Amino acid sequence: MEKFEWVYSEKVKDHFMHPRNVLEDDAGYQEDGKGIVGNIKCGDEMVVAIKVDKKKGTIADCKWKTYGCASAIASTSILSEIVKGMTLDEAYHITAKDIAKELGGLPEHKIHCSVLGHKALRAAIEDYYTRNGMTDKVEREKEHVICQCMNVTDIEIEHAVLEGAKTYLELQERTKLGTVCGQCKDKAIKLLEDYKKKHFAK
Amino acid sequence: MKRKVYLDHNATTPLHPEVKKAMVEAMDAFGNPSSMHSFGRQARRLLDEAREKTSSFIGGKPEDIVFAGSGSEANNTVLNLLYCAAKHCEAPHTKRHQIITSQIEHPCILEAAACLEEKGIEVVYLPVDKYGKIDMDKYSSTISEKTALVSVMMANNEIGTIQDIKEIGKVAHRHGALFHTDAIQAVGKIPVNVHELGVDYLSMSAHKIYGPKGVGALYVSPGVPFCPFIRGGHQEKGRRAGTENTIGIVGFGKAVEMRAIEMISEAKRLLSLKVRLKAGIEKEIPNIQFNGHPTDTLAGTLNVSFDGAEGEAILLYLDLEGIAVSTGSACASGSLDPSHVLIAAGLPAEEAHGSIRMSLGRDNTEEDVDYTIEKVAQVIDKIRKMSTVRQGPRRG
Repeated sequence: MEKFEWVYSEKVKDHFMHPRNVLEDDAGYQEDGKGIVGNIKCGDEMVVAIKVDKKKGTIADCKWKTYGCASAIASTSILSEIVKGMTLDEAYHITAKDIAKELGGLPEHKIHCSVLGHKALRAAIEDYYTRNGMTDKVEREKEHVICQCMNVTDIEIEHAVLEGAKTYLELQERTKLGTVCGQCKDKAIKLLEDYKKKHFAK
Repeated sequence: MKRKVYLDHNATTPLHPEVKKAMVEAMDAFGNPSSMHSFGRQARRLLDEAREKTSSFIGGKPEDIVFAGSGSEANNTVLNLLYCAAKHCEAPHTKRHQIITSQIEHPCILEAAACLEEKGIEVVYLPVDKYGKIDMDKYSSTISEKTALVSVMMANNEIGTIQDIKEIGKVAHRHGALFHTDAIQAVGKIPVNVHELGVDYLSMSAHKIYGPKGVGALYVSPGVPFCPFIRGGHQEKGRRAGTENTIGIVGFGKAVEMRAIEMISEAKRLLSLKVRLKAGIEKEIPNIQFNGHPTDTLAGTLNVSFDGAEGEAILLYLDLEGIAVSTGSACASGSLDPSHVLIAAGLPAEEAHGSIRMSLGRDNTEEDVDYTIEKVAQVIDKIRKMSTVRQGPRRG
């Protein structure tokens, strides 16, 4: 019999076919923290909800919902597995690359546009901190998403400037921001100029 | 064994068994069709036969056909000839500096047009209505003595909408403009006659109609300006250099020969399959919308949007069930842009992201359709259960 050719890794296929920890009972879950990122107009949106073991300061349970493509679904699914038992601090610092690695790799462009789970998780942890009067734990450098479509934050814009982006086009090349709906252009240009001034003004 | 259902015939088709046979036979005719010896003459005869079949299928003469490497090449050839910068080129179109095309053309037209824009040609992209039909008022008010070329596709690859090519061509000619139609999705699916349509140029492709990949053709009306896109040889009467793809062109000829026999009856059969598919999806799945024109559409093409489900996920879940469809969402290619065709037809981005195209073909059966309805319903249900988007009643 001919082999079934599949576009992503076997791990992606497994999580795509059998998604774990889907948040089915949204209202009844009683989470300790919840985060939403993305925008369906751009093609991806995610909700991550967590329960916290308050004594240990670890994640006791994690559930999610995703509107998005196969790698968006698989990446949120695998994230929900790996964060269980992690300390809040560890979970707070998971990156898109970590998730992609767990999945046995994803094409670079898919990491950028479909791996949003860690950002939703971050938002969920911050929500937990906020609900419990621990806003000091929310990192001072709190990110703000500037480009909703490609999920690019002000921090990433600042990093791109530090790495040498001088014009809006160069910023777009590095971050892919503003390449879908373009609504963030003015905001991004303003930040670009601000960061250039902050870091390079004589 | 799991059922395999191929519903992506607008992307490409399998070889017709008769085409395959003809191509296998042509493989031994290896001679260069330009050679005078018997080897060359044998290949030349095969080319001539294929050219005759291809031209007569669209009501043209053999000498009006230029074989090319693809439909995209045929399209690029037409747009390219517009910008002939040669100082001594006397062709009248070189004095005009505007092109009119539409927002829903294939990327090979859109990108070739964008390239012309950079060279200083003005390009107007006509909008379409919600069914994908060209805005004729906008067209009539735009066209003028400045217009060098009008290029509008005959049938759309994503939603199947068929344009009124004859009328669009008349308006073009009334203003002295040249008229091209990309008929790659139309030839072999609906009757196409170049004289009836009144076109100056018409592009077609073999692999959309059970012929081989890598061979397209351009119909060039006698007497209209022409400028080769690929230079350096006398092949195709100097209009397209490069030793002819004998095997591919033989396949093209056989493909249109078979279409002449099968097209009309197959279109009827495909339409009834599509009606069955559409009714089944409508019955089993709430919160959906069909895209494209209700009647002026390709018999086998069905484009549908599902609330709360993203196209690539639908495509890949169906793939795991053995069903091949396509999505206008370019997610898989790394861009997040939703289909430019659906956006032009006025769909909100979130609906365009959740659209798939099913295009039926000669091997599909009623059982395939019923299997597809069952699996699409299961897949959409599965996706919606994990979707962040609540599926409300459809608006309007």
